[in-house]
Amino acid sequence: MTEENIDLIESHEHPLDGYLRNGRIPHIFCPGCSLGSIMTVIVDSILAAGFDPKKVAVVSGIGCTGRIAGYLNFDSFHTTHGRAIPFAIGLSVTDPERKVIVVSGDGDLFAIGGNHMIHSARRNADITVICVNNFNYGMTGGQAGPTSYKGQFQSTAPYGSVEEPFNLPDLAASCGAVYVARWTALDVRRMKDSVVEALLKKGFSFVEVLGSCPTTYGRRNQLAEGKMILEHFKEHTELQHGADTREVGISKDGPMIVGKFVDIEGRPTLTDHLLSLQEKGRASISKK
Amino acid sequence: MARTEVRFAGFGGQGIGLMGRLVGEAVALYEKGKNSVMTQSYGPESRGGASSADVVIDTGEIDFPKATELDYFVVLSEEAYHKYIPKLKKGGILFVEQDLVTLDDSANKAKHVFKIPATKIAESLGSKIFANIAMLGYVCENSKDIVSEEALVKVMKQKIKARYVEKNLVAFQKGKEYKQEG
Amino acid sequence: MSDDNSDQLEVLTGKHYVTGNLAVAEGSLAVGCKYFGGYPITPSSEIAEHMAMRLPQVNGHFVQFEDEIASIASILGASWGGAKSMTATSGPGYSLMVENIGLGMMTETPCVIVNVQRGGPSTGLPTLVGQQDVMQTKWGSHGDFEPIAISPSTVQECFDQAITCFNLSEKYRLPVTFLLDEVIGHMSERLVIPTKDKIKIISRKKPDVPPEEYLPYKAGKDLVPPMALAGEGYNVMMTGLTHDERGYPDISAEAQEINVRRINDKIRKNKKKIIQLEEYMLDDAEIALVSFGTTARSAKGAVNRAREKGIKVGLLRLITIWPFPDERIQLLADQVKKILVPEINYGQVCKEVERTVHGKTDVKGIFKLGGAIHSPEEILKEIERGTK
Repeated sequence: MTEENIDLIESHEHPLDGYLRNGRIPHIFCPGCSLGSIMTVIVDSILAAGFDPKKVAVVSGIGCTGRIAGYLNFDSFHTTHGRAIPFAIGLSVTDPERKVIVVSGDGDLFAIGGNHMIHSARRNADITVICVNNFNYGMTGGQAGPTSYKGQFQSTAPYGSVEEPFNLPDLAASCGAVYVARWTALDVRRMKDSVVEALLKKGFSFVEVLGSCPTTYGRRNQLAEGKMILEHFKEHTELQHGADTREVGISKDGPMIVGKFVDIEGRPTLTDHLLSLQEKGRASISKK
Repeated sequence: MARTEVRFAGFGGQGIGLMGRLVGEAVALYEKGKNSVMTQSYGPESRGGASSADVVIDTGEIDFPKATELDYFVVLSEEAYHKYIPKLKKGGILFVEQDLVTLDDSANKAKHVFKIPATKIAESLGSKIFANIAMLGYVCENSKDIVSEEALVKVMKQKIKARYVEKNLVAFQKGKEYKQEG
Repeated sequence: MSDDNSDQLEVLTGKHYVTGNLAVAEGSLAVGCKYFGGYPITPSSEIAEHMAMRLPQVNGHFVQFEDEIASIASILGASWGGAKSMTATSGPGYSLMVENIGLGMMTETPCVIVNVQRGGPSTGLPTLVGQQDVMQTKWGSHGDFEPIAISPSTVQECFDQAITCFNLSEKYRLPVTFLLDEVIGHMSERLVIPTKDKIKIISRKKPDVPPEEYLPYKAGKDLVPPMALAGEGYNVMMTGLTHDERGYPDISAEAQEINVRRINDKIRKNKKKIIQLEEYMLDDAEIALVSFGTTARSAKGAVNRAREKGIKVGLLRLITIWPFPDERIQLLADQVKKILVPEINYGQVCKEVERTVHGKTDVKGIFKLGGAIHSPEEILKEIERGTK
């Protein structure tokens, strides 16, 4: 390589420069992990949605996906395990102009944080939740979790997981989410369009992203490389917009149904309700 | 003035808590140089069954906030009478709703027993819900060191829902004017 | 009523006759609390109920959550969103909150947690008094941190010290615990609310440098870093992981020393400014009572009764429980023959007093395990025993 070429390379800016925190990269994600590309999609989507970057906040819980908030150069909050959503609600209601995005994993959002997940969908909190589902607890070394399908091998399921997994889109939809979609880490373009829609949606929007975790999931389930997991996604993915969410559960070697499942307009949000309570509160005084 | 302890007691729904709050507030906000603390029994037992509200009154700082030896016991139910009469101090004063409480020997330690058909008086005004205020009027008239009529009426006008104020003031007046039979 | 008047509605100047719980709520509103996230629990629920009614009147928000864990997480989020925020609970709920109180300590997030104590352990005595959460406040969350906890003895103090709780939380950037008990929470007394201009309001220190020069966890002499809020363009970074001055995670012994030492030292080194005590008839005392909360009222009653009998006894009332007033109690140990500690638990403050006096004087607890408060006579009896 000539010196001239080196100059050329150095003069190029990465498109995400300024949106990732200086000094935080390289990230901690394993080779073959899809979180890097998912993170790129999230930033692209935030930019494409046209928000004032000052008015964007990203909140994470604990886990590999939970680290994403800390890499992004927005207001970013790395909270405790399972508690990103209620933290995000506090952040959201204090400024109706703020766009609050929760990015966290399946164990964080649906096991330890499951109660917050369902209740915030019920109350239609003004947040977007992006759940990266890697089918296991990656950061702690590959234990089974609420999304592990039957027959999946993990460190705490050495004979294969025996429990039924949660069907995340169905759970979110049945609790009242106004936007529900699922993509694999391979569907970056569709995922981006969908995340943009979710971000622009008023109320509780939910996007599940099936991610690749070769290190602690794939290795134990004959998918030892990231590429193998993505190939598995490719072979098993079926695009079905508007699918009945009751039919999109994931099983071993079964189809992985992706698409936009729910998109409802007009349901008042938590913020709408709180602002109308303020009107009632003020009216109660003027009566006196 | 020394410490004065007053207990209002009856059953849930008689407005016992309101009696305590009105008296407590009238003393603390409108009786010069007096303090009061009002406490109520809380918990499942405060719904139905015996209900009570204590007011402790003192010219000085009130340290211990609860009533232990009652100077006045104002009682509107049989159950509450039996439950709390042991707390009335010897030489204390007892006010009873005469149609709802049957006195026994333990009332003998009272220096005075004032009896009033508060519920009947209230019913003559249209509803038994005014019985508590009729009783308050009676208590106010027949006790020296609890609270003045002026202070109590002031608080009633502020704290009782507007549409009930007038009736309650009449009930208060009737209670005040009531003279014990015999 | 226009929006402009909501400002005056925060402070209901005048004389009131209210419960301690209501006074806490009004004190919080008076100091500018704009967000309450909570979950119902006896004997604290009246605070939530009152805030649900009052916050919308002053352009604030009340949100009832699915549990106490969500409640505390939400008030941390609201604090970073720029609102003075609070929650109220009792022992069982506080137990659920302690993890995120730790997050608040680590991330230096101002907020106030009211704990109206009832008898425990477990469900214990939901409707009856206890003072058993003193040590939980100190040690409940894992790791080293120095909490601030304040305990009121009158309804007036419920109002006044709620203001202090918010002010300290803002000044030193930490969750502050307001430790009431059921008796003080539920009893009614006179409350005098001053005019708005008489209320001292402290708000968190903001950065005075542009975002590119801002280091969110770099503190000056006072050890408290200025706090940029979400939405101000500072790209706030907050993590419960051990972090450097940039707020970036730094998983090392060196970073831990600097980070955790500072969040403890900012309280330890400012103890004198934080601690509030009431001294009653201590000048010539040969026996001292150390007490707090409702129990301190009975203790004062006992002092009055003992003084009438010519017994030289006084009271040190802990308004601030944490940080603990070691220095004052050590002086007391040099002065008196005996320290008596009445409290509604099995020896929580008493053990702290023992630790502090190093055996220099006798320390004896007067314990009730919950459900009832001490009568002055019970305490008097122990005082008389102490003179023999």
